[in-house]
Amino acid sequence: MTDTTDTTELTDTTGHTAPAGPVAFPQDRTCPYHPPTGYAPMRGAPGLSRVTLYDGREVWAVTDQDTARTLLADPRLSTDRTRPGFPVPTERFARAARERRVALLGLDDPEHRTQRRMLIPSFTLRRAADLRPSIQRTVDGLLDTMLEQGAPADLVSAFALPVPSMVICGLLGVPYADHEFFEEQSRRLLRGPAPEDTLAARDALEGYLGGLVDAKARGTEPGDGVLDTLVREQYGEGALDRRDLIALAVILLVAGHETTANMISLGTFTLLRHPDRLAELRADPALLPAAVEELMRMLSIADGLLRMALTDIEVAGTTVRAGDGVLFPTSVINRDPRQYADPDTLDFHRASRQHVAFGFGVHQCLGQNLARAELEIALGTLIRRLPGLRLAAPADEIPFKPGDTIQGMLELPVSW
Amino acid sequence: MHIDIDKDLCIGAGQCALAAPDVFTQDDDGYSTLLPGREDAAGAPMVREAARACPVGAISVKETTG
Repeated sequence: MTDTTDTTELTDTTGHTAPAGPVAFPQDRTCPYHPPTGYAPMRGAPGLSRVTLYDGREVWAVTDQDTARTLLADPRLSTDRTRPGFPVPTERFARAARERRVALLGLDDPEHRTQRRMLIPSFTLRRAADLRPSIQRTVDGLLDTMLEQGAPADLVSAFALPVPSMVICGLLGVPYADHEFFEEQSRRLLRGPAPEDTLAARDALEGYLGGLVDAKARGTEPGDGVLDTLVREQYGEGALDRRDLIALAVILLVAGHETTANMISLGTFTLLRHPDRLAELRADPALLPAAVEELMRMLSIADGLLRMALTDIEVAGTTVRAGDGVLFPTSVINRDPRQYADPDTLDFHRASRQHVAFGFGVHQCLGQNLARAELEIALGTLIRRLPGLRLAAPADEIPFKPGDTIQGMLELPVSW
Repeated sequence: MHIDIDKDLCIGAGQCALAAPDVFTQDDDGYSTLLPGREDAAGAPMVREAARACPVGAISVKETTG
């Protein structure tokens, strides 16, 4: 196996000329760390592309990194899903978008800004640095258990999911003892199987977190987490109502563990499929921050950010009309050939830092500094402590997530 | 070189401090601020990179003349 084996399926389709018509979005990946081959007509295309969503709606797709960064930072594009006509990426989010309030990401400024300001101090670089010793203990404890129990193991359930789950519980002030419940509801929320599951899971999470913040407000569940601070300083002072507080708690808890868990599992799989890069990283751990950045770029696990134009916008020689949907397929943007030489190649020495894997603009991931710390520690410690780490099943038989949700491995059988 | 941070735009993402930790930091509220003594960070190579990394364009860098 060489570093480039898995890009062969891409080279067949990237020599496109003119796209035949709108590209369907989302599509399943063929290889879990490459964009779906069906996105090839969008790759490197000049200007905006057209894509068709699951319900037949056509929207614009931005695939040029510079244009994507400009538009993601443009307040004329809304992210408020409750606006009539807001495009919906999958059937499961259609009703939830209309019927449920979404904190942060579902709000435009100034409402979004009010909520974000409450949370900024808890997610700074310094706060992430302060959490590193505790993240390291969590990672080491889980690896101790894995080593004790012996190979093989499912790295998703033994490591990739519990690391961020424990970390976000500690940070928010949510009892980790309840992890099976909220991990299962989070899975239902993001991956169904039925559209009704998303609403039911959201209601279950709201019920659970509602009980938790009520207990914190009564003083019967004391703690020093982010939720405790919000209850004391914002809810207690009347700056945040109960419904918004719970909506915030839901998004922080779900986004806080799902995304990082997927990056750990898919990041590990990707490294194991690139043995030369893995050896390079083991030999020079100082490369870890750059490796994490490059994996963020290459894997683009949150693929498909949606916005709606509030007014007509002139961009890249096109007029995006008020009411038009605009899609940002991060897996395509982060492989813009105008920005990255050999964009399908994993390379820890390129300047990857301008990628949009965390989004861009006012909604850029609140937890990105925490995510970087978790990924550096989890991946770095895993490859250091398990020098014989390898897949315990044929790579092409290991199941990964479908295209209509956050990308990652469903299982990751490993030996060492 | 003069560095200007628009605190009304800043969302506390910390990307400036990540890109140029010798020049930028985050204050107690999480907003971007210049490290003491670095208000005129002439020649710091990562300052423009920090401005480009800012997700909301809150940092502007101007060459000072004269």
